[in-house]
Amino acid sequence: MATETTAATEGAQGAAEAAGNGGEAVGMPQLDFSTFGNQIFWLVVTLVAIYIVLSRVALPRIAAVLAERQGTITNDLAAAEELKLQAVKAEEAYNQALAEARAEANRIVADAKVEIKADLDVAIAKADAQIAAKSAESEKAIAEIRASAMDSIKVVAKDTAKEIVAALGGKADAKAITSAVTTRLKG
Amino acid sequence: MATETEAPSGLQIHPMDQFLVKPLFGGDAINFYTPTNVTFWMALSVLCVIGLLVIGTRGRAIVPNRIQSIAELAYGFVYKMVEDVAGKDGLKYFPYIMTLFIFIVFANFLGLIPMAFTTTSHIAVTATMALAVFFFVTILGIVKNGFGFLSLFWISAAPLVLRPILAIIEVISYFVRPVSHSIRLAGNMMAGHAVIKVFAGFAGVLGVGAIAPVAAITAVYALEVLVSFIQAYVFAILTCVYLKDALHPHH
Repeated sequence: MATETTAATEGAQGAAEAAGNGGEAVGMPQLDFSTFGNQIFWLVVTLVAIYIVLSRVALPRIAAVLAERQGTITNDLAAAEELKLQAVKAEEAYNQALAEARAEANRIVADAKVEIKADLDVAIAKADAQIAAKSAESEKAIAEIRASAMDSIKVVAKDTAKEIVAALGGKADAKAITSAVTTRLKG
Repeated sequence: MATETEAPSGLQIHPMDQFLVKPLFGGDAINFYTPTNVTFWMALSVLCVIGLLVIGTRGRAIVPNRIQSIAELAYGFVYKMVEDVAGKDGLKYFPYIMTLFIFIVFANFLGLIPMAFTTTSHIAVTATMALAVFFFVTILGIVKNGFGFLSLFWISAAPLVLRPILAIIEVISYFVRPVSHSIRLAGNMMAGHAVIKVFAGFAGVLGVGAIAPVAAITAVYALEVLVSFIQAYVFAILTCVYLKDALHPHH
């Protein structure tokens, strides 16, 4: 396949001759018109072949793939939007449930407070009554004690007065002393 | 598929040999139906298209694998380009533009394989495509807009005095379109490959010490990778622009 160029002669004529002589490029092989028919024929065959392949198989397929992908993306986005809505709804429901639970808890706490208050009032009333009873009892006891103390004082005062009178040399009149002491004590 | 044999005399660089059209199975005659290296490399590009866009997407996965991602990327790239440039009603012609773009991309990149034949470096190939685009959009424009298609050349935004002059310029530029459209692609591909080949010739002469030519080849190769894609993109986007002119000739 050894080909050699002698760049001496140029132009289409020379090239045509050279090509005819078995593969020596003289000048520009591009201008060798004897090969034009061949090239154009095979070019047309090639282009028609490519066109048929593209228009029958390749382009519809790629278009379909691209459309399908676009569809998938759109669907996925829609699904994502749907899920997002659901999530928002779920959150709302959760918040509502939480609020309800709070209200319920508050109500229970209030009820419990009222109940406890009622119990407490009863207990306080009971305690007050007990305290009142106790203090009444105590007062009574104190009054008794005071009364008994008074009597004791009377006796002691009478006795003391009798003794003092006796010591002073007088004869004590028991009745007079008693009245005197009583008057004094009342004083 | 030009292999070089260094002639004993010294510097022998054959940068254009790689563009030779040769019959695949020997013989000299190149009839239009003869399977040539053109046939081979174009068939390879068809196989690559099938590999990427058909076999690569056979999984039809919602989450794509790597090859399917590339296929979808290519689809989306061209689809968006057609939509942005030619408008919504241009999308009807998306398969045609996709066909051109994907063929040019693969032809360009297959041509970058060492020893490969670059089909898009031939003016016959690019001119056929450019002329096909030219006639297609012209006929489409006339069918869609009738006489109104001529308003493409009558720039109503310009002052009345300038309009005839601009119309002449517009008409000339309109008919130059297929030329620039085709030569841009073929020229870019041919120049890059020829430059690589010239540097490769230097490397061949210098032998083991050919650091500079190899570095240069690497740099040019990287540039060519970029150019391969950009030229396919430019070809496709210009097609979209022409299509837009045909669909909406009013400026």
